[in-house]
Amino acid sequence: MQIFPRSSNAIARASLVLVVLAVGGLGWVVLQLERTPYITNAGVRKAQPVPFSHEHHVTGLGIDCRYCHTSVETSSFAGIPPTKTCINCHQQIWTNAAYLEPVRESYRTGRSLEWTRVNQLPNFVYFNHSIHINKGVGCNTCHGPIDHMPLTYQYASLQMEFCLDCHRNTEKYLRPRDQVFNMRYQPPVDDPLGKNAVAFNGKTYNNQSALGTALHEAYNVRSVKDITSCNTCHR
Amino acid sequence: MSIDEHKTKPAAAPPDVCPTKRKQLDLASAREQIEDTTGPEYWRSLEELAGSEEFQEMLHREFPKGASEWLDGFSRRGFLKTMGASLALAGLTGCTRMPNTEIVPYVRQPENVIPGRPKFYATAHTLGGYASPVLVESHLFRPTKIEGNPQHPASLGGTDVYAQASILDLYDPDRAQDITYLGDVRSWNAFIDAIRGPLMAEKSLAGGGVRILTQTLSSPTLAAQIRDYLAANPQAKWHVYEPINRDNVVEGAKLAFGEPVETRYDLSKADVIVSLDADFLYAGFPGSARYTRDFAARRNPEANMNRLYVVESTPSSTGMKADHRLSLRASDIEGFTQSLLSLEMHGDPAVGSGDSARFFAAMGADLENNRGKSVVIAGDQQPPAVHALAHAINEALGNVGKTVFYSDPVDANPVNRAESLKALVDDMHAGKVDVLLILSGNPAYDGPADLEFASVLKSPAVATKIYLGSHRNETGELCQWHVPEAHYLESWSDARAYDGTISIIQPLIEPLYNGKSAHEIIAVLAGDSAATGHDLVQAYWQKQHAGADFDTFWRKSLRDGWVADTASKPKAVALKTKSFPAPQSASASGIELNFRRDPSIYDGRFSNNGWLQELPKPLTKLTWDNPIMIGPAMAERLKLNFKDVTELEFNGKKVKGAVWIQAGHPDNSITVFLGYGRIRAGRVGSGAGFDVYPLRTSNAPWFADGAKLTATGETYNLASTQGYQTMETPDGSERPLVQERSLAEYKKEPNFAKEGEPKPDLTLYPGFDYSKEAYSWGMAIDLNACVGCNNCIIACQSENNIAVVGREQTLKGRHMHWLRVDTYYNGPRENPKGFFQPLPCMQCENAPCELVCPVQATLHSSEGLNDMVYNRCVGTRYCSNNCPYKVRRFNFLLFQDWETPQFKLMRNPDVTVRSRGVMEKCTYCVQRISEARIDTETATVREGKEIKIGDDLQTACQQSCPANAIVFGNLNDPNSQVNKWKAQPRNYSLLGELNTRPRTTYLAEVRNPNPELEAG
Repeated sequence: MQIFPRSSNAIARASLVLVVLAVGGLGWVVLQLERTPYITNAGVRKAQPVPFSHEHHVTGLGIDCRYCHTSVETSSFAGIPPTKTCINCHQQIWTNAAYLEPVRESYRTGRSLEWTRVNQLPNFVYFNHSIHINKGVGCNTCHGPIDHMPLTYQYASLQMEFCLDCHRNTEKYLRPRDQVFNMRYQPPVDDPLGKNAVAFNGKTYNNQSALGTALHEAYNVRSVKDITSCNTCHR
Repeated sequence: MSIDEHKTKPAAAPPDVCPTKRKQLDLASAREQIEDTTGPEYWRSLEELAGSEEFQEMLHREFPKGASEWLDGFSRRGFLKTMGASLALAGLTGCTRMPNTEIVPYVRQPENVIPGRPKFYATAHTLGGYASPVLVESHLFRPTKIEGNPQHPASLGGTDVYAQASILDLYDPDRAQDITYLGDVRSWNAFIDAIRGPLMAEKSLAGGGVRILTQTLSSPTLAAQIRDYLAANPQAKWHVYEPINRDNVVEGAKLAFGEPVETRYDLSKADVIVSLDADFLYAGFPGSARYTRDFAARRNPEANMNRLYVVESTPSSTGMKADHRLSLRASDIEGFTQSLLSLEMHGDPAVGSGDSARFFAAMGADLENNRGKSVVIAGDQQPPAVHALAHAINEALGNVGKTVFYSDPVDANPVNRAESLKALVDDMHAGKVDVLLILSGNPAYDGPADLEFASVLKSPAVATKIYLGSHRNETGELCQWHVPEAHYLESWSDARAYDGTISIIQPLIEPLYNGKSAHEIIAVLAGDSAATGHDLVQAYWQKQHAGADFDTFWRKSLRDGWVADTASKPKAVALKTKSFPAPQSASASGIELNFRRDPSIYDGRFSNNGWLQELPKPLTKLTWDNPIMIGPAMAERLKLNFKDVTELEFNGKKVKGAVWIQAGHPDNSITVFLGYGRIRAGRVGSGAGFDVYPLRTSNAPWFADGAKLTATGETYNLASTQGYQTMETPDGSERPLVQERSLAEYKKEPNFAKEGEPKPDLTLYPGFDYSKEAYSWGMAIDLNACVGCNNCIIACQSENNIAVVGREQTLKGRHMHWLRVDTYYNGPRENPKGFFQPLPCMQCENAPCELVCPVQATLHSSEGLNDMVYNRCVGTRYCSNNCPYKVRRFNFLLFQDWETPQFKLMRNPDVTVRSRGVMEKCTYCVQRISEARIDTETATVREGKEIKIGDDLQTACQQSCPANAIVFGNLNDPNSQVNKWKAQPRNYSLLGELNTRPRTTYLAEVRNPNPELEAG
């Protein structure tokens, strides 16, 4: 007597394929989950003691990055401004604003403000701001449209693939050093009319790839082989 | 640090981790091996020499047996349960969300502070009163690493192990944290109020009941403070005690010159050096860092090489470096020295016969031929007569003023320590002491047994007892008041180096636990309870350097690390006598007992320092324990073996400890080491080893006859790392791991060490061309210069956040040191030559470890570094299995302490703190390379011209090395120091015949033996 109908053969065959697909699919889901903001925190606005707006201070007032992030050119750490830096201006303006009270309190009592870290690198990575800034990596290459962030968030995933994309293809991202802190800098696009053309060393570049290659050379950036060695970031 | 071993009693043997039945070490066969010369030419331990099966097994293993098994009483079922859960969740660890963390900026940022960039401050570590000048690395005002001060004449960049490890003492969680009265917490003001009464009462008695007990101190400020107090209270007294003291040196100087003087040597000008039981190349000997530098600089066979003769009892690292070593019992050295003086002064013929007579004659002639270019150094534990005789010999040889200099003592109060403590004990018994102030030290534990300091301190004989100490130790417990002492990195002071140069000790951090310095306590005594250490020290110096430029002077002194022009001026002293009484002849049959400071924990003060406890001591490579050390002949006679627990009887007192048979130890002599067996040291040091202070009396502090040793039948495993991580030479290879020739042989055949190395093109695969890179890193280690001082190990541990694993884990071979120093012996076991070989990762160009890693966690960088990527490592341990040098270390358990907040402050923020299940190894201090690379690359862009990393980039081991035995640098720079070293004919690759092409190479050892002693 036959227990299973003939059609179950097809089901059995299909199930073989389905199991493979299901396992593979699960793997794919896990990999995609890894890249979601849920894990990377990219685009997530975190609560801060003071709702500090980069948009207002950078775009609105035109303050340079280095006014607050003083050690960005010389140290691994860009530097978070001491309360004194805020007070420099805010003893003159908005002196009574309620939401600045934590700043004034900090200055009065000598107790530091406790900011929640926004840009958080994965573990085991040692990142250095100064070398990137000095070799022509713009602030917004990694930090994104920081000049349009009323509340600051992490722009990129900051995962290894994000870093390697540039370390493997430096010419895609480098810009002249005098443009590093320029938030409105636009890389040249392939355009015969010379839209966004960038001048460097007396030459005009219409093409990011050509510009990047020239900059790589001019700034003595180490070879791809060198900057993708493990010890560049891991120690 | 995870210390799982607290309460090991010496007699109770822990469960044997090597379940194989132990084969008894056959010492007789070891002797035969040597006689037949079939044994290995260079051996690492007596076990190897005897061809013990256990040693053979260790040689073939990656880790000792038991290291990779879980034998900790975990059931198989429980194990599977845990493992099942971990396997199921294994892949998910990457998906953990990052927790929110805070950034806490300054309110007002101090000037010149750049977060992310460390700063260095000059200060000084003191031991036994002598300052060892250091630079301290500070990350946002957290001291993290001690380095030598390259500009200071007493350091020249070198340090000693105690200074290196002192950073761990600062963060020791067991430090006393509160002022206590009978164990209850009190405030500083309560303390001041409470002692005001007794002090007022004393004032009317001119301080008649006040006694101050200090350790040896050289601080001009503190000495002036105490002297001022004594001047105001003439009846008060100042006592000094320290168990490792220089009484004999002082008494010897008095015997010779009628006054205490400091003796200094200039080893850079000495062609012949004779050490009479002086371990002058190891930490603890005043000026050892500088002496090591000068000694090692003269070991270059291309230049004028010096020659070292060592006459000693307990084998030391200095003795092993000797060109000729004579093993004598400590009590026989006086007679030897007496004969040497007669020979040098009157040309008297040598006495004795055999080897020692030949040694004596040859050494005497060598000294005679090098008048004014030789030096005789007597050891601290030798009796005063030997010191006086050494002074007379130096005088007779015309060395004074050329290689030997005398000056005023560095010690601020050079009284006899034993007598000083005895006077105090007598006064305490007589009820003359009302207020006793003990400024650090631990006399209740380490005082001479006959004085019974602890019992009189415990008795109600003294009304007010105040103890200033960093730990609530054996002495602190017996005093009513305990004031926590500020660490030297937390307080202001000053101190003199061995040459008299004064360093101002400046703090790098506010006291972690409101500790007070001795200056502040003495100020309280003098009625000024508000004075701060800074004000007191500065006020003293204002008096010394009055003038408008004081501020400049003060800042310059702090910046440089020393006060200019304070080195002691050489002093002319005349010998009072040239005839010394004949030494008392020691009975040759009696068994002599030697007390020695422990090479790692000194007199016991460092016993709560995990780095020092786990530091393999030179020669024995013992950790966490002290042995009863005897020579091979005595062991054979008494039928004793390694691990046998014996009972040592001396002066009617008994202690039990495990035997260690040390090649080169004289017969009929026993050495025991001080500092162990503490009961109130802290979580690390309490209970380790056995205490020998009860045997030590004030009339025989260093050695005496009349000891008795009997076997008990018990066994105890001593945690020695000597047998672990031993390298094996490949089958058929005759190349020894350490290469050595005499100077004459070297001149004939300079390339001897390169024999058997493969040709560079022995490969089918296209190689990677490193010469096209900007940098390719390499290291060279000069075996001739290395004196086995262990500095590099601690420097590496501190720089690279290396965990301490504890005694139990060390026994299993799971210790984590990235850099080890292997000791090799050559010659008869009664008196072998020794060799020290520091062994970091070789950074092989053909690295065997890289090929076998299934997850690519260890890879080669374009600059030739063998990178280790911790986050990729899954812990298969294939790499360490395939490493012929056995330099890889595996975190079998969670060895790092992730919880204790103090240790979080201590760690180097530029180096990953490794967790369980991860392989680690030497990286050539890649964090330092990265930092230097970023700085030079940045400067290149900014200044528009190429700036490259030069020889000023140093690895941690290289920086701390007092002997300059390690050089690191860029192989692609033809002018780099490392290339100059590698171009020398002595340069050889360790196990080069395996074609691993190690980047770390060695300069072979060349000894300079006396031709008269070589023949025959």
